[in-house]
Formats: sequence, structure tokens, C-alpha cells
Amino acid sequence: MNDTTETKKPSWWRRLSSGLKRTSSSIGTALAEFVTKRKLDRAMLDEIEDVLLRADLGTEVSARIAAAVGVGRYDKMISAGDVKTIVAAEVEKVLAPVAQPLVIDAAKKPFVILMVGVNGSGKTTTIGKLAAKFSAEGRKVMLAAGDTFRAAAIEQLKVWGERTGAPVISGTQGSDSAGLAFTALTAAKDDHRDVLLIDTAGRLQNKAELMNELEKVVRVIKKVDASAPHAVLLVLDATVGQNALSQVEAFSRTAGVTGLVMTKLDGTARGGILVALAEKYKLPVHFVGVGESVEDLAPFTAADFAKAIAGTDSGS
Amino acid sequence: MFDNLSEKLGGILNRLTRRGSLTEADVDAAMREVRRALLEADVSLEVVKSFTDKVREQAIGATVVKSVTPGQMVVKIVHDELVATLGSDAQIIDLNAVPPVPIMMVGLQGSGKTTTTAKLARRLTQRDKRRVLMASLDVYRPAAMEQLAILGRDLEIDTLPIVEGQQPAQIARRAIEAAKLGGYDVVLLDTAGRTTLDDEMMAEAAEIKAVASPHEVLLVADSLTGQDAVNLARAFDTQVGLTGIVLTRVDGDGRGGAALSMRAVTGKPIKLMGTGEKTDALEDFHPSRIAGRILGMGDVVSLVEKAASHLDAEKAAAVAEKMRKGQFDLSDMREQLLQMTKMGGIGGLMGLMPGIAKMKSQIAASRIDDKVLNRQIAIIDSMTRQERKNPDILKASRKKRIAAGAGLKVEEVNKLLKMHRNMADMMKAVGRGKGGPMAGLAQAMGFGGGMPSPEQIKAMQEQQAQGGGLPELPKDLPPSLRGGLPKLPGLTGLSGKPTLPGLGGFPGFGKKK
Repeated sequence: MNDTTETKKPSWWRRLSSGLKRTSSSIGTALAEFVTKRKLDRAMLDEIEDVLLRADLGTEVSARIAAAVGVGRYDKMISAGDVKTIVAAEVEKVLAPVAQPLVIDAAKKPFVILMVGVNGSGKTTTIGKLAAKFSAEGRKVMLAAGDTFRAAAIEQLKVWGERTGAPVISGTQGSDSAGLAFTALTAAKDDHRDVLLIDTAGRLQNKAELMNELEKVVRVIKKVDASAPHAVLLVLDATVGQNALSQVEAFSRTAGVTGLVMTKLDGTARGGILVALAEKYKLPVHFVGVGESVEDLAPFTAADFAKAIAGTDSGS
Repeated sequence: MFDNLSEKLGGILNRLTRRGSLTEADVDAAMREVRRALLEADVSLEVVKSFTDKVREQAIGATVVKSVTPGQMVVKIVHDELVATLGSDAQIIDLNAVPPVPIMMVGLQGSGKTTTTAKLARRLTQRDKRRVLMASLDVYRPAAMEQLAILGRDLEIDTLPIVEGQQPAQIARRAIEAAKLGGYDVVLLDTAGRTTLDDEMMAEAAEIKAVASPHEVLLVADSLTGQDAVNLARAFDTQVGLTGIVLTRVDGDGRGGAALSMRAVTGKPIKLMGTGEKTDALEDFHPSRIAGRILGMGDVVSLVEKAASHLDAEKAAAVAEKMRKGQFDLSDMREQLLQMTKMGGIGGLMGLMPGIAKMKSQIAASRIDDKVLNRQIAIIDSMTRQERKNPDILKASRKKRIAAGAGLKVEEVNKLLKMHRNMADMMKAVGRGKGGPMAGLAQAMGFGGGMPSPEQIKAMQEQQAQGGGLPELPKDLPPSLRGGLPKLPGLTGLSGKPTLPGLGGFPGFGKKK
């Protein structure tokens, strides 16, 4: 058992690094281009800021980190390595408090997890991966196919149910998702399940009607168990830009988001928006998705992520 | 999606327009703010830089300083530069090839390829009268092929039968064969989502392309994408070769920076945009109109076009005639409400109105949604014919009955009646002028007679049926476009508070506190 986790760890680290390779290498090379030991001046700080902007850190955080690099170092000679280390340290400072694992409270039976997010962010796939993970930990998992809007979303979740051995509660396409959540939670209670994962349809956060529908899902869940949902996870796509701020805001207001999951970090996308989100909302980041297979959903660690963003460590 | 950017740019440029003369420092300060606004809108840094450089260069030139209203000149330069960045002309899907014309869809996971494929198929079938075959080449994501099959079944569009165990390239070959044998005009190939770093998957996309030799290769990209949009578009373009881009989730509240970026770095046109969850929510991408939207000038042309494709020209003419005579009864109002719901409801229409960005958030806050329209229709449905013709006879007992019939309260019946009175009054006033039902809208917006009459709408419908879009902005339509930032004529004219043009005293709209 220990062996497998030992071999798995570098694997996910490598995956994250390769996912962030473009980020790191672009930051790395961009920084190297101008800081092969030269004087730190206004122009250099501007360039550092630009580099961070390109990684989706947003205008405020980029400006702040660039400024932090300048503190006490103005007019001194500085190398690319130094800059990267400082950037990584600053990023880690922001991310460290939000890198928290998702704790399943065994006293809650079932522990209800509601997945929310915009269309195509990867909710259903993340549920499948979480189901596999929880099952492997010896928990009894149940899935609720709450995406009753998208064609074949129910079928997609059923495939995951078969793969992980978790029963799937589903209705028909177009049926009421709140009603389904009610049925599923009741069933999970009767069946003494440890964890219930509820899928929801993807919705854009500015659609009032769809957000009202989500509010209703939460309300109905509370009718069965007033303490539920015990975790509401907002799934964010790594390619998303500054719009993620608006997503966190709106979904938190409607559904009471308790934590974030970032998917698709295996692409060229940089995920730097997590830094901006951490600074503004301080919501825990539980998992990052770095690939298509089940073990590619990994706990989020601030130091690794920060290093990968700044390009201080190739990870090998 | 462009609302936030419009608000920001609008504010910055407004400050400029108010000034009598501009110094170089003024322009510099404004450009710094524009840069920030664009970055916050997820426009990629390299595009932002070249954009602000170009605008600055022109703005500091002699023409601006000498012009009477330098601020407005700058606005015009920003507008023109936006259009240039977005691509000057609208480009549509090209079907000029020997049928079956293959169209291949590529993109990241979750960008909306399958939904877009179905939307495009529906449009080609219903609007362009083509026979379309859809094929899913996604053998990876669970139930991806079923998703397309279900969409096809719902839309009554054929999909290639699923054969287990085939590779994407094999399926592509089978799809082309089937399309040839079946006499289809177009075959849409929906490929699996892939990241550009996955060499195997990118090679697969290239292989599919080699097998199918598609006439169009469309990158389906999420308009909420951040700075990565440029890498993404560039990588797909160099590794697979694109002919165009489809932007999805344009109805979100993203600021649309991805649109600017991807067009700028690839030079490939944005051909379509997805504007909603339903399969008919797909629109052509018109750069000049989008630039107008970004600057908060509204998209009046799209509004009119939308009206043209949904309005029943004859009914519209009948209503117009009644209006001229000042006989606008509740049945007519019901007709109007119904047409509003057909045209995409309140939300759909609002996005196209000039200067509405700020009001939009108020409306969202007041929770007016399309249910209101349906309820109002229900109230009118609960009336007798006599009552609809002559609302004056409605007294307490009748109102009670109507409220019960619609499942609502008497207050809501009163609200509707008040709204009808306001509308009737306004229309009487407008009806004395010339023009069709849209004239009220036009007048309220200060566009004079720029709005089409029913006859013109009918002509437009014919034009649309032939597959052609509308001509670009009619010259006399938005004078504000040439003059500079919209002064929002009419919108704020009445009481200093925004009112919805042409819709009169819609409850909760104009009078939102």
C-alpha cells in the first residue's frame, strides 16, 4: 500500500508540472530573458508584472507580487533564479492557507457533496473520479444524476457508476433536479451510504432562472437533512480567466460553495486565477485534475503549485 | 458577455468625451485605464499592448487635437480599432464545395463542441435547407456519442449509427461514405476534446483531417477563457489548421477578451457564437456590431434582425394599423408579450439594447424574468373577449375572477392594466407618426425613422430566407456611432431614469428604485 502511494506521488507531481510546463517555462524563459543579472528597476518590475498577467493572476495580484519583488531590492543586481524564487514564495504565501484537503465527516451519514459549476467545467468527470477515490478508501458511495438537462449526462454518470461500483440514482432527462436530489438523499439514508455525490447541470452564473433552480436543489436537500449539503464544490476549468471571480461570487451566494476543484491542468492553461481567487475569497482548494484517468485527481498542494507556476523546479 | 467591458470602457471614454481639449497626458492616462480594462476582460497581454499602442498613436495625431470634440474622436478611434482587431467583415460558414461538405469541430474538453455541432446542424437544416449528417468521433468520454445521438433524435437530424470499437479516423471515413451514399449536403464531424499538449491526440486530429479533408475546420472555444486563449488558438491552428472559430457561452458574463485575442493572433475569423443553452441559440458573428456592444452602443441591427426572424409581419402590420388608430387593446398586448418571449425573452432582448448594461444588473436584482411575461399572458388569457377589447369594464369582481383564473393576485391584474394604459397612451402618441410598431422603439431611442416598417421587416424576412444576412448598419441608424459614445437618447430622457424604449411603463423596468 505504501509502495503504491510512493510511486504515485511523483507521477502526479510530474503530471502537474507537465501541465504547467508552458506556464513555468514561459514565466521561466520570460524572466530569464531579462534578468541574467541586471539592475532591478521599474522596467524590470513591469516585465515581471506582465509575465504574471499572462498567467491569469489578474491585474491586482500581479501588481502586488511585482511590487513585493521590488521591496528592498531596488537598484540591486538580481538573477533570474532569484526572481523565480521570490515569485514562487509570494505565490505560495497566498496559496498555502487555501490548500486544504476535503475532510469527510464520518458522523454525517451520508456525507452529502454537491457539485456545481458552469457548463463544461468537468463536474461529471470529477464526480466519477471522486467516487473511485472514496470507494477505494472503503466508503460506500452513491451517485445522483442531477444533470437532467444535458443530453446523455445521466448515461455518462451511469458509466462512472459501473466503473466504480456505486449505485446511481437517476430520473429522466428533463425531470426536476431538486426532486431527484430529494429521492437520492432519501435513498442514500435508507441504504446507510457514507457519501452521496450529487451532480448538477452546468449553468452560467448570470442566468437568474438557472441559479434559482440551483437554490431550490439546496433548499430541498436541507428538507431531508438540515445540515446538508456538507460540501459544495465549485468545479473550475483551468483555462478560465478573470470570469472565475464572478463564478465564485455567484455560486457562493446561491449554493454556499465550501471549496474549489480545478480541472484540466494538463493543458497549456496556467490556472493562475487560483492565486487571485485565494487572495480574494480564501475558499479552500481541495483537488486539482491533471489528466483523464482516475488517479489524476490529486490533492492541491500550495508549494508544488507555486513552484510550478514560477518555474523554480522542473519536478524531475 | 461584453457588459462589464462596455461599462468599464464606457466610463473611461466618457470622461474623455466631456473634455474640450486633450493633451498627450490625457490620452496616456486613458490608455492606461483601457489597458487595465482589457486585461481584466481577459484580452491577452500581447493583443492589449498592440491595441493600446495603435490607438495611442492615432489619438495623439493631429486630427484629434484639432477636431472640435477630441474626446469623441478618441472614442471613434477605439471603436474602429476594435472592429479592425475583431476582423472587419462578418464571415459565414462556407458551404461552397462538392457535397457532402465535411465540417470538422475541434477544441478543448468541455468547450461545447457537441452542443455547437447540434446547433449548427439545426441551423443548416432549418434555415439553409440542407440535408445534414452528424457523426461523433469521440470514443473517449463516456456517453459522448449517445449525447449527439440524443440531440440528433430530438432535432430530427440524422446521426451516423454508432459502431463499437472503431477508431476516430475510421468513423470519419465511414461518415463521409455514408454521407455520399445517403445524398447528404453536409457532414458534421464532432471530435473528442483534446489538450494541445497531448501529442497523440493532436496527431489524431490531424489524421481525421487528412481522412475527411474538411472544407471547414472550426475551433470551438469558450468565451470565458483567460490568457490561455492565444496559446490554444495558435496551437490548434498550427497543428491542425483552422478555417474559423466558434465562440461559445457568449451569453455568460465574461468580458469577451478571448474573442479579441484569438482573432488577433490567428487571423482566423470568428464565424459563429453560441448564445444560450437551447439548440437555436447560435448567431453569426458581426465584428462591427460586437465592437458596438463592447463600447455600450448596443446592437440595434441584431435586435432588428431578431425581430425580423420572429415577428409575424402580417400581425405586426395589423397591430401597427390599430396603433395608428389608437385602438391598442389587451389582445394586441398579448400578441406583443408573446412575441417578446419568442424573441428570446427579456434577457435576450436587453443584451441588444444600447446602454442597457447597467440596467441589466438592476433587472437581475429585481428578479424580473421571463416568468413575468408568461404570467401576464396568463392574466389576459383569463379574460373574456369583451374584457380584452374594453378593459374599462373591469371592476372588482371581474378582476377577482381573472386573478383566480390566472392563479395570481388582484394587484398583479391591476399592474398589468396600468401597464396596458401606459403602452396604449404611448402608442397613441407614437402612432400619429409614421412607421411601424418598431417606430416607437426607434423614436424612443432617438433614431428617428431609422426603424423598419412592417413592409421592410417582411422584405428582411425574405432576404433571410434566402440565406443572406442583413446588410451592415444602415447609414442613418445609430448616429451615436459616428458621433462618439452613445448619449443614450431617449433612454434617460424622460425622468432621468432609464426606461425601456417602446415598451412603455413595463412594471419594474423603468421605475426600478
